[in-house]
Amino acid sequence: MKQKKSFGEIVNVIVHKQIFIPLAALFILVVFNFIADLIVNDGTSFFEITYGMSKDGYHVLSGNLITVIDNASELVLLAIGMTLVTAASGGQDISVGAVIAIAGSVILRIVCGDGSDANTLQAPIILAFFAACIVAMLFGAFNGMLVAYFKIQPMVATLILFTAGRSIAAWINNNELPVMNAPSFGYFGKFIPGIAVPTPVLIAIAGMILIGLVLKFTNLGLYAQSVGINPNSSRLNGINPEVIKLITYVILGFFVAIAGLIKVSRVQSINYSVIAKDIEMDAILAVALGGNPLGGGKFNIWASILGAYVIQMLTTTLFRYNVDATALPAYKAVVVVVLVVLSAPVVRERLNRLFASLKSKNEGKEAA
Amino acid sequence: MQDDVILKMRNIRKSFGGVHALHEVDFTLRRGEIHALMGENGAGKSTLIKVLTGVYQKDEGTVEIEGIQGEANIRSPQDAQNSGISTVYQEISLCPNLTVAENMFIGRGKGAFTDWKSMNTKADKMLRELDIPTYATEQLGSCSIAVQQMVAIARAVDMECKVLILDEPTSSLDEQEVEKLFKLMRDLKAKGVGIIFVTHFLDQVYEVCDRITVLRDGGLVGEYVIEDLPRVKLVSKMLGKELDDISDIKGEETGKAEDDGSVPVFEAKGLCSTEGIKPFDFYIKAGEVNGFTGLLGSGRSECVRAIFGADKVTEGKVKVKGKEVTIKKPIDAMKLGIGYLPEDRKRDGIVSELSVRDNLILAFQVMKGFFHPISRAKAEEYADEYIKLLDIKTASSETPIGRLSGGNQQKVIIARWLLTHPDYLILDEPTRGIDIGTKIEIQKLALKLASEGKSVTFISSEVDEMLRTCSRLVVMRDRAVVGELSGSDLNQTKVMATIAGGESK
Repeated sequence: MKQKKSFGEIVNVIVHKQIFIPLAALFILVVFNFIADLIVNDGTSFFEITYGMSKDGYHVLSGNLITVIDNASELVLLAIGMTLVTAASGGQDISVGAVIAIAGSVILRIVCGDGSDANTLQAPIILAFFAACIVAMLFGAFNGMLVAYFKIQPMVATLILFTAGRSIAAWINNNELPVMNAPSFGYFGKFIPGIAVPTPVLIAIAGMILIGLVLKFTNLGLYAQSVGINPNSSRLNGINPEVIKLITYVILGFFVAIAGLIKVSRVQSINYSVIAKDIEMDAILAVALGGNPLGGGKFNIWASILGAYVIQMLTTTLFRYNVDATALPAYKAVVVVVLVVLSAPVVRERLNRLFASLKSKNEGKEAA
Repeated sequence: MQDDVILKMRNIRKSFGGVHALHEVDFTLRRGEIHALMGENGAGKSTLIKVLTGVYQKDEGTVEIEGIQGEANIRSPQDAQNSGISTVYQEISLCPNLTVAENMFIGRGKGAFTDWKSMNTKADKMLRELDIPTYATEQLGSCSIAVQQMVAIARAVDMECKVLILDEPTSSLDEQEVEKLFKLMRDLKAKGVGIIFVTHFLDQVYEVCDRITVLRDGGLVGEYVIEDLPRVKLVSKMLGKELDDISDIKGEETGKAEDDGSVPVFEAKGLCSTEGIKPFDFYIKAGEVNGFTGLLGSGRSECVRAIFGADKVTEGKVKVKGKEVTIKKPIDAMKLGIGYLPEDRKRDGIVSELSVRDNLILAFQVMKGFFHPISRAKAEEYADEYIKLLDIKTASSETPIGRLSGGNQQKVIIARWLLTHPDYLILDEPTRGIDIGTKIEIQKLALKLASEGKSVTFISSEVDEMLRTCSRLVVMRDRAVVGELSGSDLNQTKVMATIAGGESK
């Protein structure tokens, strides 16, 4: 017979789940915006979603929430790859922003061709995207090789591309700033005519489905965790830890290429020094917010994804209250400190003990 | 407090998520005594020690320490040290990347500055006094496990402790080193230090201890003066049942020792790896249990690692069931039906944060291949089956394996290989650091596998155990095979003589 769980027990179970941290953060942001809506009461709501005509003449969804899930798309894709890299190699790839620049540059180089006509595609976008995928995955393999076979600390290994990547990106286009104004090139970063949801959102969802399938139909998850926790033992059980680490970096490269496509499609151009700047930090933060140990091992990819949305929600919320773009990182840092401290194992342990003692006191009362 | 009592623990309770690890346990330690803490895996020995040293917080109960007014409040290992309690853990908890001297004095300086020179001199002096074969400036990681263990003890001894806890200190020491340790323990005892000695070696208990406290399933069985508790009684107290006869598990001879002309399941000629063993020949037949024996560091593990492809094989011919094969890496061996339980469970065996279930299916899963994951339901089924079969004590199959006691972790690793249904299973020190009951279970299991026609290579530091289990012993000395014993040669004297070499005995 199944015992009925008390409310306290249910809370206890939820609190112990890894996904609790990003969920709680999301909840707090929602509550904050809800209250702020009531106080400010200027007739707009953070949660309002409108269905109206865009300037291009299509019916599309708009509103703060749409902005959040739209702008979070690149971060979500990166968080997926970063989670795997973190789990298997016990470190992070800080070159993702720079490799996005490279991937974006490759795409523009191919679709712009000789650059004679900025209004027509010189090559199919799909071809450009495949080329970008190959390039980004090769760079991923390069990082992965340094980490897996040369046993270089991931952050140091990826520092190379972090430093050199944007120069490489500029070099691919001879340091010019190519522009591609063909409307279809904007489909991937904006809207596809007739579809009311921003395309990046759909791409991010496709990415999630893809990784969900990969984790379900392969042993990538088990192997990555096993390698991240104990490479010796993994090897003696027939796993090749080096190959698994390498694979995670290549997978991250693939997601980087997709993020690159979205980025250049949004602006239909590229600015090598600005594109996807500091996005690696947000991606790492998403992994940390998801409660995944940054030292590798166990992971929960859905918690990282949720973490990515929380970060974007935070950014959008701060923008809404007219926080200056230059001051934004400082505000963000405060929130991040709170979240990270709350999710630290030490603090959680303390909180758990606090809960436990409160519970036992209650039980004591009941017994009396 | 009574005159000579220096530590009094009363009604200690500790539970982890509803599982009682300790339940109203009392423990008393007197000045100048060596007190054995005995019990099976999961009896609560480690938990009690961890409560005493502040690693865990007790849920209930009192701890009194001589010289401290009222109840001792130990909330961290630092508190414990300050109260005069020093510990040497079973698993070495020093920093391998620091020098020996740094390890001995780490965290004990008064200020921020260290006088390296005097520290090294002091360390060297102490190492000489205790006869530990290393230098102050040597990096700890480059010392053998035995030396590391002794450094840990030296560190604890130097802290001028009242209570010294030795948690399985001898599991990785050879006989001479154990003798040195015992001498040290007796010296400390004469100085009035109370020593808590946790071990699985019964001989050692009866050699050095004055009193025994027995725990079982988290509860106290009793405290006994050693003279009042003969061996058999101790074992039955630990197991909670009368033991028929420990030494008689082998039953009838398997009779496979002699060469019956059949094709060996595994055969190696001139096998040699990068780990510095001399090329060796080896074979094992179906239904046979054999073993590698020799002193610590004689190359036993290196041999089996070469067989399994765990180390890089440099030369040699290998045949499996008469067919020539190459084993370059573990997966090659696994596909040929060979399983390998590694010597160092913590380093090479468990994947500590993963669940019991994931740990259990790992090898089988890898053999099935990257694109054929075992379904959750199927994995659950396997886990339940083997948890039941080997009587693994775990809260659930979801529990991270790191939370299990040593013996139960070992059982999971054994289950991991049983699940792959190997023809040939190598068990390297499967009984190290685990309790008697489980030890016997594992030995029985090895024999049972043999009776089912499988082959087993069994390695243990305890010659008794090898004699009980194996029908043929390969003896090693100085990284080379020096002899092979079977039949009537399988007795303690003969084995010892072969290990020691022709000139002695």
